[in-house]
Formats: sequence, structure tokens, C-alpha cells
Amino acid sequence: MTNLLIKGTFDTLYIVSMSTLFALMGGLPIGVLLTVWKKDGIAPFVYGEKLLSGIVNTVRSIPFIILIIALFPFTRLIVGRSYGVEASIVALVVGAIPFVARLVESALAEVDEGLIKAAITMGATPWQIVAKVYLVESVPALIRLVSLTMITLVGYAAMAGVVGGGGLGDIAIRYGLHRYQTDVMLLTIVIMVIMVQLIQSGFNFIANRLDRRRA
Amino acid sequence: MITIENVTKSFRNENSRLVALNDVSATINNGDFLGIIGSSGAGKSTLIRQLSLIERPDKGTIWLDDVDLFKLKGRDLLRMRRQLGIVFQGYHLLEQKNVFENIAFPLQLVNMDKTAMRSRVEELISLVGLNGKAQAYPVQLSGGQKQRVAIARALASSPSLLLCDEPTSALDVITTKSILDLLVEIHRKTNVTIVIITHELSVVKAVCKRVIVMNEGSFVEDGSVREVFASPKHDMTKLLLSYQEGLL
Ligand SMILES: Nc1ncnc2c1ncn2[C@@H]1O[C@H](COP(=O)(O)OP(=O)(O)OP(=O)(O)O)[C@@H](O)[C@H]1O
Ligand SMILES: [Mg+2]
Repeated sequence: MTNLLIKGTFDTLYIVSMSTLFALMGGLPIGVLLTVWKKDGIAPFVYGEKLLSGIVNTVRSIPFIILIIALFPFTRLIVGRSYGVEASIVALVVGAIPFVARLVESALAEVDEGLIKAAITMGATPWQIVAKVYLVESVPALIRLVSLTMITLVGYAAMAGVVGGGGLGDIAIRYGLHRYQTDVMLLTIVIMVIMVQLIQSGFNFIANRLDRRRA
Repeated sequence: MITIENVTKSFRNENSRLVALNDVSATINNGDFLGIIGSSGAGKSTLIRQLSLIERPDKGTIWLDDVDLFKLKGRDLLRMRRQLGIVFQGYHLLEQKNVFENIAFPLQLVNMDKTAMRSRVEELISLVGLNGKAQAYPVQLSGGQKQRVAIARALASSPSLLLCDEPTSALDVITTKSILDLLVEIHRKTNVTIVIITHELSVVKAVCKRVIVMNEGSFVEDGSVREVFASPKHDMTKLLLSYQEGLL
């Protein structure tokens, strides 16, 4: 039983870190585009922004459990089957990309508008403004965003357990729910609570250390 | 030499049209130290936005020597922007970067060689009197020090024009004096053309050689500081002067 829980913990950590990584790779550029394409953004492209924003909202409004099931054919295409750790990652990445994109968008919105204007008057290209102003100035916010994404994905990964997605959620359902082993169920919850706490405080620590606005 | 030629800029709301700049013209010579003064809503910031190529006028244009600034596009526009130095009231520094990196920012944009960049930034740090502060972050600086960083940054690419939009409005009198002294010193050392936009008469009196008075989108007075203030012609100038005297 202990072995099972240890394996479940590592599976969950693996699922969460991999899907966070891929969700960032997809969500960061989309969040940047949503920002710069706005009507008063640094590279306005209103139709592009509307379209992208619509797609993001559509995916976000699908309940996650439905998204997982709807994605079965796609998941099978990518990882060969629709259950297990890899299958979970696929569904989580698709579900988390729009979430990350919106978080990135709101992190970038916090950057001083006057500074963006100043960079334009200094002759910075849109690329330079993204790389040297937006992303640099929002580093602490982006780190907090990684932690928020991971924490959200701990919960979503557990949900993927319902359809045999592996990890702690899977164990909680197979043993805790189907075999009435309440102790296993409780243990998985305790482990997940600790996991969330550690992620939260770890990333907060890093974000604060890197934030130059703190004297 | 900068020639502002019949520049008009208006803003449309749902049912009204507001003329923020009404057919203004002026010539700014190389090495001028010009103050543009006017009360709130006179159109000062609008003028700055045209001069700094953020906005384009509805009519008229601005020339830098024989270049029509509003005919520039793409690369040429970027290159021209890099030749203008602008100082803002709100500093607008990179909060996550230290003094050195902030001043180096315009030089990084043109991929200046590292060694040349280092010596240029160090030269600027000492020009604005921030020796020993290269590694400090904006949060650790006072308002006056932040404005010194902003001035150094604006001067980094050796611009031919230094535009200052209300550079001292957020500062106390003593700090204001030190920033103005710095601008005078920079003008003496480099002979860069300086244009200060302000609503404070004392700023113009303290440092400028020439003054333009703005009122409701027009230039209502243009001449040497001494002459304009000794024999003001327009009511706005008289009003500004009378308030100044009333306050002192
Ligand atoms: N983007 C805009 N849209 C609509 N109206 C504008 C806009 N910018 C400026 N105005 C109007 O143009 C007029 C001139 O504004 P401007 O900001 O240039 O004045 P100012 O001289 O800088 O005043 P202040 O000293 O208060 O900064 C004002 O009536 C203002 O409301
Ligand atoms: Mg203004």
C-alpha cells in the first residue's frame, strides 16, 4: 500500500510538472499575442485578438471532465491510448493552455503602460518590447502564475483519475471509492494538501527573491 | 533644427470635436533651451506626443532638418525615434533592472558592443551624479535619483533633442532645483537641444533661454524668456505671471 501511494505521488508530480511545462509553452505565447494584438496594444491586430480570445473562452467554458472525454480520440492519436499518465497529460495541457494564456495576459497588463510608451519612443521593436520589457518586468508575476497553474493542475489531475488517468486521484477512486478503503482516500488527500502547500510556498519564495521592487 | 509646421490635432468624442493643437508653428534651433508653458489642457502633452512620434497630427508636420518626420516608416521611423531623448514626469524605469541596465536599455536596442556600452553607461552615470549607484534598483532610489536615471537613459544614444515632459512636477523644490541644475550642466557640456514642457513658470525662469506660451491649443507667445516676461503681450502670460507673483 505504501508503495502504491509513493508511486501515485510521483505519478501525480510527473503529470503536474509535465502538463504545467507544456501548458506554459502553449499559454505564454498566446497570452503575449492576446496582449500585443489588442486595439491599443503594441502590434494591434484586432481580428486575430478576437479569434484567439474566442477560442480561449470556448475551451475554458467546457467543464474539465467533459473536455477529457471529448479529447479521447485526440489523446489516443497522440499517446496511443486514452487512459494512464500520458493520456492525463494530454487532456491537462489542452485544458490548461487557455487558463495560462489568461493569467499571462493579466500579468502583462500589470506592466506600467508609461514604460511601454517610453520603450516605443526609444525605438524598441514590438519583439524587443515583449522580450526586454513585458517579460522582464513581469517575472515575479509569471513565477506566481507557474505555481497557480501547478496547484490547479493537482486538482485537475485528480479529476482525470476518474477515467483512469493515473496518479493519486486514480488511487483514491479505485481504492477509496470502489473498495471502501477510507484510509487510502484520506492519505491521498493529505498528500495532495502537502503538495499544494509546498508548491505554493516554494514558488512564492522564489518570486519574492527575484522581485526587485522589494528593497 | 526642428520645424513645427502648421500642426493641428483634434480629438473627437461622441458629439464634440476638441482641437488640442490649433495650427501651431515654431522653429527650434540646435542648442536651444526652450520652455513650453501653459495651463492644464493647453495642449502641452499633445504637442509632446507629436514631437515624440507617438501620435501623428491631423494636419501639418514636423521637420528635423530636411526630414519630414511623419513620412518616416518602419526602420527609418525606429531609427529616428532612437535619435530623440525623452524624459517623462513619471520616470518610467524598468523596475526589475538596476540603474546600469536601465541606462543601457536604449543601447541594447541597437545591440551596441558590450565594452563600448559599459564605458558609455559609466560616463552617463557620472554625468548625472549617480556614482556608486550603478547596482541599485529603482525602488531603492529617491524621486530625484530616478529622474537622474531617466535623464541618463534619454541621453544614452546621444540624441540631438532632449524632450522633457513635466520633468520636475513630481519633485519637491530642492530636488527640482538640482534636476534643473543638471539639465543646465548637460546643456552647457553637450549643447543638446532641450525642450522642457511645464506648467511651472519658475522652471522656465530658472533655466530656459526661450519660452513659448500655450493657450487652448495655440502658441500665443514666443520669444526670449527675458523679453516675454518683461513685457507680456497675451493675457495668458500676464495671468501666469500674476499668479507667480501672488504666490511668492
Ligand atoms: N486621447 C485624447 N482623447 C480625447 N481628448 C484628449 C486626448 N488627449 C488630450 N485630449 C484633450 O486635449 C486637450 C489638451 O490636452 P493635453 O493633455 O495636451 O493638455 P496639457 O497641456 O498637457 O494639460 P496638463 O497640464 O493638465 O497635462 C485637453 O482638453 C484634453 O482633454
Ligand atoms: Mg499634460
